[in-house]
Amino acid sequence: MSATAGTRRYDCIIVGAGHNGLACASYLARAGRSVLVLEANERVGGAAITREFAPGYRVSAGAHLLNQLPRALSAELALGEHGLEFAAQELPTTAIASDGAPPLPLGAAGDAPLSALSPRDAAAYPAFRARLGRFAKVLYPLLDSIPPRLGTSDWGDRLALVKLGWRIRTLGRRDMRELLRVIGMNAYDLLSDEFETPRLKGALGVDAVLGTNFGPRAPGTVLTLLNRLAAESAAGPMPLAQPKGGLGALSDALARVATAAGASIRTGARVASIRVVDDRVAGVTLESGEAIDAARVISSADAKTTFLKLLGPRHLDTGFVRRVDHIRSAGLAAKLHLALDRLPTFPGLDRARLGGRLLIAPSLDYIERAWNHSKYGGYSPAPMLEVTVPTVNDPSLAPTGRHVLSAIVQYVPYETRNGWAADRAPCLEGLLALLDAHAPGLGASVTAAELRTPADLAHEFGMSGGHWHHGELAFDQFYMVRPVPGAAQYATPLAGLYLCGASCHPGGGVMGLAGRNAARAVLRGAA
Amino acid sequence: MPPSEPTAPHFRKPLLETPFHARARELSQIDQFVPWAGYNTVDVFTTVEQEYFAIRNASTLYDLTPMVKYRVAGREALEFLNRLVTRDLRKLRVGRVSYVVWCNDRGHIIDDGTVFRLAATEFRLCTAERQLDWLLDSAIGFDVEIAEVTTDIAALAVQGPTSCYILKRFGLEGVERLKVFEIGEFSVRGRPLTVSRTGFTGDLGYELWMRPADAVAIWDELMAAGRTRGLRAIGSQALNMARIEAGFLMPNIDFMNAEHTVRLGRGRSPLELGLGWLVDLDKPHFNGRRALIAERRAGSRRLLVGLDVAGNKPAHNALLYAEEAGRREVGSVTSALWSPTCKRNIALAILEAPHFAVGTTLWADIYLNRELVWERRMAKCRVVEKPFFAPERRRATPPADR
Repeated sequence: MSATAGTRRYDCIIVGAGHNGLACASYLARAGRSVLVLEANERVGGAAITREFAPGYRVSAGAHLLNQLPRALSAELALGEHGLEFAAQELPTTAIASDGAPPLPLGAAGDAPLSALSPRDAAAYPAFRARLGRFAKVLYPLLDSIPPRLGTSDWGDRLALVKLGWRIRTLGRRDMRELLRVIGMNAYDLLSDEFETPRLKGALGVDAVLGTNFGPRAPGTVLTLLNRLAAESAAGPMPLAQPKGGLGALSDALARVATAAGASIRTGARVASIRVVDDRVAGVTLESGEAIDAARVISSADAKTTFLKLLGPRHLDTGFVRRVDHIRSAGLAAKLHLALDRLPTFPGLDRARLGGRLLIAPSLDYIERAWNHSKYGGYSPAPMLEVTVPTVNDPSLAPTGRHVLSAIVQYVPYETRNGWAADRAPCLEGLLALLDAHAPGLGASVTAAELRTPADLAHEFGMSGGHWHHGELAFDQFYMVRPVPGAAQYATPLAGLYLCGASCHPGGGVMGLAGRNAARAVLRGAA
Repeated sequence: MPPSEPTAPHFRKPLLETPFHARARELSQIDQFVPWAGYNTVDVFTTVEQEYFAIRNASTLYDLTPMVKYRVAGREALEFLNRLVTRDLRKLRVGRVSYVVWCNDRGHIIDDGTVFRLAATEFRLCTAERQLDWLLDSAIGFDVEIAEVTTDIAALAVQGPTSCYILKRFGLEGVERLKVFEIGEFSVRGRPLTVSRTGFTGDLGYELWMRPADAVAIWDELMAAGRTRGLRAIGSQALNMARIEAGFLMPNIDFMNAEHTVRLGRGRSPLELGLGWLVDLDKPHFNGRRALIAERRAGSRRLLVGLDVAGNKPAHNALLYAEEAGRREVGSVTSALWSPTCKRNIALAILEAPHFAVGTTLWADIYLNRELVWERRMAKCRVVEKPFFAPERRRATPPADR
């Protein structure tokens, strides 16, 4: 099969214009490669888009805050010069309550409200934050590099492992022991060792389980917490930021970077299959039937989609297919979008905090109970929520005087026993009641509401299982075994095929590092 | 209910019985049974020598019902199997059988077996060990159905120089026209029977595939037809002697299922086992292809070969040395036998490069128990071509009337 007339052959085709695909395209185009990015949807961004969900109301359709974009990557790609602006930066996090208790700020230092609840916790909190911060700094270089392979005699692989060991050693004996003690633990035990205030522990627990299929008692949740903190450590001391115009603004800026570097981007071009000739990638075929040739195909789709759907198991070995088929990717994070006719009022919350990140997770037990339902095909009647009101900082997202509320809701399964047709309305009703209990009157101000279940997100963004990280972040799917052994260094068993999406190391979260690492792997492979 | 279903609860009687079990019990003189793939089967009926010589000089009945059988059918059955095994099955015509091996991702053998092409999109895969998990995982992405049919089909091997004559007398008209690896469909006195000219003896022989309900009647009729031609039931020990002479490999003796090994370097590739002729690197992707291409490029690190060993003591499990002093170990024996037909002391051995070239002289460290006193003997050996025994009659079509 040859390319249609007028189609040229590219060095690299990138499947999917999510932030990782665009970051990868930018680095490859800058290195002089001819790059074509193919996006199935009508706009770039993948899950990092801003879209209208009700007339005049726009919202970040996936993640709604930027907290893990490394400053180095932002500077390298000159995102600011390409139009990325922030409506607000260094946003605060606040644990809110429905029982009339005052909001609990989670600053870097112990705040007065925490001292009122527990002087002991207030004293312990800064040291705890500082310790995790040191761990995060030590772990960050892991995220920023191609994982080594195990069991090889390659000096680069060995050196990477030695460096990792050395970095952990530089923490000093006490911290090193503590890191190795806690890294396999669950968040529940760690936080219960340190603190006594349920709402503080609940709020810290959110960061350990957000976007995962874990409750805080699940093993490995300290690892997910440290992973998040490591990523945040490169984004600044107070990393939470809100791009002006929503997360889509980041994607638009990345697209401009890629285009400026010489990459071509085509939207509405859904890749149907990856073509193979003589056991090597030859290009892709679009759903329209159009064939485009390329020496390399770099897929930002998740590993299951890339290998099982786009490439097809017959080009792979059974053992590898088995591992890919076994990737755990049950998404449990849903999105709630509300159009409000007025600014919601959370008692005791000033405007600065209202514009930040609000957490509804009154205790670790509350989160654990919320998780339980999803194990048996139900949604949480009392879920954990990460709430933002983006219009506080960015009025452009709604008509004048109106507001938008965006919340990540956990735990909401991909499918329920009764099916979403039956469960959607009561689930949404419960969410509005929960929010109303925290912000009295909020329910009455809702003019439009949209609940995006993991199934909806899977359909909209093409993520297997609707998992935000394109596959669970757990020890068995982490670092040098992510997504699976044999594809954990971005190259795959098929010559010319690479991965660059969130299913690779370092996983989901709007970092762009998977795309950047993948570009390095591609350039290294070509050298 | 098929006759092979256990009548007692499984925990009381963990081994199944084949449809021929009653006959085996009657003929067994020494009650020497062994478990094989979950069945209770005969190891030796009378004496192993008597049974072995029947294979080479008369004919034998061997119950191979425990052989694991899978039905592989569907629109992409051929594509599925061709991705599974190393041979190019696109060349396998309907009505033919192919000997195949299949590998894991590293290009190491999981098992060997035979593929029967019964129709364009219907195959039977016969394996030594159960493979359902590997087959089902290999079926991801293929329009194919796989079902184990081991208990649905009873099977008998009729092997030996007089086997064709016996089958004709039994009533298989035209069986003499079957070529090696060909399948024929027959009906004898109203009983459907599939016959393939295949076997594990390296001799003239056939395998008969039948309904379990017909098994005993067919056994009896075969025995009656073979009375004047020395037909005798044999157990697995005699068959094992014949297969070593024929140079056939036995899973878990000559190689391990690579998916069952836990130590590094215990898996064996088909190239290492001397089965390179089964590997078609020119066909579309199959399991292990990339690893096998790399191995072919770099050269195999070891090779399974035939050995001619001095003396008459079988070199069971012997370590092999490059020199008589026994300092440099270069491999080990996997199967050994004093071959009564070849009148040679033979062995199959796995040798490290570069010691596997035909003609290489090696030394086998043989331990002998002589009336409870262990003696050690360094026996000179030579790497030789396989098979050790390959009579013309195994391929002759039609076979001579004997």
